[in-house]
Amino acid sequence: MSEAIILHGGSVVHATTTEVADVLVVDGRISEVGASLRVPPGVRHVDARGCWVGPGFVDLHAHLREPGNEAAETIASGARAAAVGGYSAIVAMPNTEPALDNPVLVRYVLDQGSLAVVDVAVAGAITKNRAGEHLAPLGEMAALGVRLFTDDGNGVQDAAVMRRALTYARPLGVRLAQHCEEASLTLGGVMNEGVVSSRLGLSGRPALAEELMVLRDIELVRLTGCPVHFLHLSTPRAIALVLEARSQGLPVTCEVAPHHFTLDETACETFDPTFKVHPPLRNVSDVAGVRAAMRRGDVDAVATDHAPHAHETKDLAFDEAPAGMLGLEHAASLTLEALGAGDTNPLLFFQLLSRGPAAIAQLRASDERPRHTAHGGDVQAGEDANLVVFDPAATRVVNRHHLAGRSINTPYHGRTIQGETRALVVAGTLVVENGELQ
Amino acid sequence: MITSIKGENLLTLADVSRNAILEVLDTAEAFVEVNQRSIKKVPTLKGRVVASLFFEESTRTRLSFETAAKRLSADVLSLAVASSSVKKGESLRDTITTIDALGIDAVVLRHQSSGAPMQVSRIVPHVRVINAGDGQNQHPTQGLLDVFSVRQVLAERANTTGVESGASLFEGLNVLIVGDIRHSRVARSDIAAYAALGATVRVAAPGTLLPTDLEGWPVEVVTNLDEALAGADVVGVLRLQKERGTGHLVPSLDEFTRFYGLTQERVKLLRPTAIITHPGPMNRGVEIDSLVADMPAAIIERQVSNGVPIRMAVLYLTIAGSSNQGAISV
Repeated sequence: MSEAIILHGGSVVHATTTEVADVLVVDGRISEVGASLRVPPGVRHVDARGCWVGPGFVDLHAHLREPGNEAAETIASGARAAAVGGYSAIVAMPNTEPALDNPVLVRYVLDQGSLAVVDVAVAGAITKNRAGEHLAPLGEMAALGVRLFTDDGNGVQDAAVMRRALTYARPLGVRLAQHCEEASLTLGGVMNEGVVSSRLGLSGRPALAEELMVLRDIELVRLTGCPVHFLHLSTPRAIALVLEARSQGLPVTCEVAPHHFTLDETACETFDPTFKVHPPLRNVSDVAGVRAAMRRGDVDAVATDHAPHAHETKDLAFDEAPAGMLGLEHAASLTLEALGAGDTNPLLFFQLLSRGPAAIAQLRASDERPRHTAHGGDVQAGEDANLVVFDPAATRVVNRHHLAGRSINTPYHGRTIQGETRALVVAGTLVVENGELQ
Repeated sequence: MITSIKGENLLTLADVSRNAILEVLDTAEAFVEVNQRSIKKVPTLKGRVVASLFFEESTRTRLSFETAAKRLSADVLSLAVASSSVKKGESLRDTITTIDALGIDAVVLRHQSSGAPMQVSRIVPHVRVINAGDGQNQHPTQGLLDVFSVRQVLAERANTTGVESGASLFEGLNVLIVGDIRHSRVARSDIAAYAALGATVRVAAPGTLLPTDLEGWPVEVVTNLDEALAGADVVGVLRLQKERGTGHLVPSLDEFTRFYGLTQERVKLLRPTAIITHPGPMNRGVEIDSLVADMPAAIIERQVSNGVPIRMAVLYLTIAGSSNQGAISV
């Protein structure tokens, strides 16, 4: 915490403007932002010229697999993957074994997270064992700083249970996050329902399953007033429903995942289980529609749905393999690609990757956040120093055997992507320097 | 588009050309004669090793493939799934690499998961993979033996031979496939084979047993089954796959039979020359009436018999096709 760092000559991305400036970090905080700052002796120097300097990215959706499946990922290894990806904070999903549905396990993850290279927040389960039946102790978990609750992996299927959860959660000042898939419509399904699934003889998961649950939950928000965040929306229709509800003043937000705006269902034609994910990769026009929504600013956040699986558990027949793919290390580059690569507006880029998700997770300076520094803020003196130096011009080829996390199930192996984390400062400490984890 | 399966895998008929199909059919014609000899064996694949891996229960396809391999003098490694390490939790990858380590030229694979043969072909690229039915995806040799059997019957009637007729007998042929299209790998292979040979293919099924999206399929969906039957030259009846949960997609088996079963009443609508096929095993009294199944128009036994020469042709072409063995030594 005591070290001083200067991020020199980058394009500093504020909420509404950018400026070429130096950023001086001292004792965990931004001490000064300005052109040609005088550098005190002993300061670590980061060359940020040609790079964007903005608030560290915040991931709302990281499956860290600990406790229960440490062969696939741990809190420590997931945090390293996040750091490489430019994230200063991640939200650990509760679908561990056992599920994070009680304060003891939440405290365990927070404690392990405090030793990790990035800030680790926790999403608690809405229901006990994520079974969708009995409410988990939302109040006790909220008292530990949990601000987001979800049964992710499962949607809460029973409308009465979801209504009860929202009614109970509303006074707690938290947000419920929903994995939107109506299970009766996705039963047995392994990929998007449509022309490709019909041809391949694979059972489908229809877009309708997602859109129906979005519709239902919007009406439950209208009824209860409790905020809901819609996880990994994969169809333009689902996003449009959220947009319409927001325009009516309802407290709803949504995220999209990189694989849903970079890959389509035809990836399943090789029956490679790497491409199996829930909600599934949709059709080409869905992908284009999600991208268009991102560019219009209709989406609140990009979230990775980083879902590591040990190779031996993922490398099965397509219908037998578990769903999910890696995301943390490449999400920012894929977001850049979706926003137009070299033409990308850095304000929108940081809105989607940092400021939007930080607001949803309540990780900003203005939020009550026990045990966390502030993320997604402005780059100005006095703010906690969670900063990323992102080079939007660098290109690299994804190699699944050179990843910081424990698993290799990236769907981007061999793909050339643009944009790279040059440096990352987490709570005033230089975690990534020259593109390498320290 | 695969223009010949010589030296190639046979994973699907969806991307196989007319000439590639005709090559298999014509090769099979030569093997029909072998199967009529008193000593039904040729040395064509002597010294070659064919692994037969059936991860899903099957009697007729397995017997048919293994008979075909043995009649070509290949050595057959047969993995009995029930007693294998698969039950001990071994992955498909490890099972395949283990069998491969024994030294094999081809693997005949039946698997309950769509796409498993394609996955296996990536694990052992030096081994020829022959799909013996994968999930709800494809059953290429069934599609081939179906068109082979139909061509044989039509050629006999026209006093010609299958080889001489080529694909000409399929021009203008009206094929109607009835039943559970949605879950049927046989339907997917049959449709591809008939369409590639130039036939017109129609399908008839309750909405719940049709694939959700037929865009790009070379088929027309029939709304009036009785009218379609009256115009059909070939009626392919599909097995109602109760074991795949088809039961709850129709109100009852009785209702399915009433509207889509090939009953004795409905068979009266057929042309006298119409041919009835069924891939077996039959649910007598459900998709096909028991007496209809035993009519001369139903060529079900011929389909079973033809399974052997077709699979001999497929094994021969895929395994020996890559080397310079020249003509078939029969």
